[in-house]
Amino acid sequence: MIRAGTGPTRKGTDLETRKKAVEIRQVSKMFGTFQALETVSFDIYDNEFFTLLGPSGCGKTTLLRMIAGFEEPSTGQIVLHGNDIQALPPHKRRVNTVFQSYALFPHMTLEQNIAYALENLGWPKEMIRARVAEMLDLVHMSKFARRKPQQLSGGQRQRIALARALAPEPEVLLLDEPLSALDLKLRQAMREELRALQRQTGLTFVFVTHDQEEALDMSDRICVLGDGRIQQLGTPREVYEDPSNRFVAHFIGETNFFDVDVLSVEGDMARVRTPLGLDLTASQKHVAADQSRATLSLRPEKIGLEEQATGEILTGTVTSTNYLGGYTYYVIRVGEADIRVSRRNAMSHVPSLAEGATVRLGFLPESARVLGQ
Amino acid sequence: MSHRTDVRRYRGLSGFAVVFFLWLYLPIAVVIFYSFNENRLVSVWTGFSLKWYAAALDNQNLMNAVRTSLEIAAIATVFATTIALMAALVLVRGKGVRFRRVSETIVNLPLVLPEIVLSVAVLILFSQIGFANGFAKLAIAHTTFCTPFAFLPIRARLQGMEMDFEEASADLYANKWTTFRRVTLPLIAPGVFAGAMLAFVISMDDFITSNMLNTGGATTLPVYIFGLIKQGTTPELNAISTLIILVSLAVAALALFIQGRGGSMTDT
Repeated sequence: MIRAGTGPTRKGTDLETRKKAVEIRQVSKMFGTFQALETVSFDIYDNEFFTLLGPSGCGKTTLLRMIAGFEEPSTGQIVLHGNDIQALPPHKRRVNTVFQSYALFPHMTLEQNIAYALENLGWPKEMIRARVAEMLDLVHMSKFARRKPQQLSGGQRQRIALARALAPEPEVLLLDEPLSALDLKLRQAMREELRALQRQTGLTFVFVTHDQEEALDMSDRICVLGDGRIQQLGTPREVYEDPSNRFVAHFIGETNFFDVDVLSVEGDMARVRTPLGLDLTASQKHVAADQSRATLSLRPEKIGLEEQATGEILTGTVTSTNYLGGYTYYVIRVGEADIRVSRRNAMSHVPSLAEGATVRLGFLPESARVLGQ
Repeated sequence: MSHRTDVRRYRGLSGFAVVFFLWLYLPIAVVIFYSFNENRLVSVWTGFSLKWYAAALDNQNLMNAVRTSLEIAAIATVFATTIALMAALVLVRGKGVRFRRVSETIVNLPLVLPEIVLSVAVLILFSQIGFANGFAKLAIAHTTFCTPFAFLPIRARLQGMEMDFEEASADLYANKWTTFRRVTLPLIAPGVFAGAMLAFVISMDDFITSNMLNTGGATTLPVYIFGLIKQGTTPELNAISTLIILVSLAVAALALFIQGRGGSMTDT
């Protein structure tokens, strides 16, 4: 089980036996009187694609900058492969960063940009030349070796920034929203490339993003940050299917929230009275035994319409439809509540539902979640 | 540019511009024109001649003044730019710098204080401590008032430069000195160059302080020219002025050329 805010308390997973790449121990950060990050602790494992996900101002970039050494934690320690790196300045930490702005040196060619770190590490000239060529090849940019960064497109700069950061063989690669400056198509293509590169190099990637889709797509594990706290830490499936609180359910994916009355709590399950005119039993997170109110979260794709309606059956009126190609989103009014439902447009013979139509909808109670906070 | 905001649509603008440029450049044109006058009297044209140029270049006192000016300006430029660069690095990039605003104001103070006050102060100070070397006095005084002129463009360039580049350099295993040498300095070079040019020009141009500290071996060009005028203007003065204008134009052109090559830091 992974609980929010208190760091790693998992048990019996194979992660225990894996080597730790980065350990964040009781780290917090104040900027003046502003608490950017409350005390957090967690481990990042070797060969892991680890994502720090959260809205702007959640502390994710601050955390990354503390690992890189650009910011000092107000409390706590950061450990890299067993060594406390707290006292080390950025240039002595074996981690490299892909900056959001890429920060390619405009007065150097691409070759010179990639060779820079190797020169500073005192590699012999021959090795530098070979490594630069290898890196340019890795990101398919060999043809552009003598160009300046200004002569490249956004996607090409992205690749060079990656090559430059990977060249000195860092112990951990830090990526600060590296895809945010690219357009949609390129972003999707770069996601695949990044993932492939991570598998290929076997490096630990620490990836910062505010894009939940990116995080779900690429990560081995996601640390969801909000208001300077860890909201949840888990696999993409865990944070999507079993959000630990309202923040996570809301931030990752789309969902319907209903205010519910808690009737009883038994272990992982809670029985609640919904505004939909039915009582149901669903798995719960953080609902206290004496708590009277809670939130029910129900994902739009977990609700079936018409012949796909199973489980708890309701009847409602379609109030709006949004056709999105692969999916159609419906807003359906059931009693006093509006429910968003998504349906795949898989079979062309299924007619779309018109606004004003009366529809049957149903969902399985086990796909709903009761959230205590 | 949209039609509404096109400045050319205002009536009479071209006429005004012509008058403005005449007012600005006519006196200079007159000086250049009469520098080729053969006559001893400045404003009586009797024929074309280059003899005043020959006279100017033969004038040993004049050449000494030129050399003094150039030497003082060179020394002042090097020291003022170095001091300004260090000040800008600390005041823009330094972490936890106390009295940042106050320090900046102190660096820039010579810009707002009347120069006559400064020059009197320097004169009194030097005589109090019995410092007698005229050349060194000039060099020190020029360095002082040139520093803020070098400081401003360097600070502007540094402020316009993203921290990302220096952080990226540190991230790529460069220590502070390497980062400065290979990243910061090349990227702010156009600002440093502009600052140095300004310092040089300000030093060459200075009259008040140079006149105040004028001693036998340390007469700068403006002070020498002023001395010539007191004896009455001669066509030789016109020739000297024209030569100075030529050199200034050449320096300005060089500055523009180098700045143009420096390019922009933003790579988008």
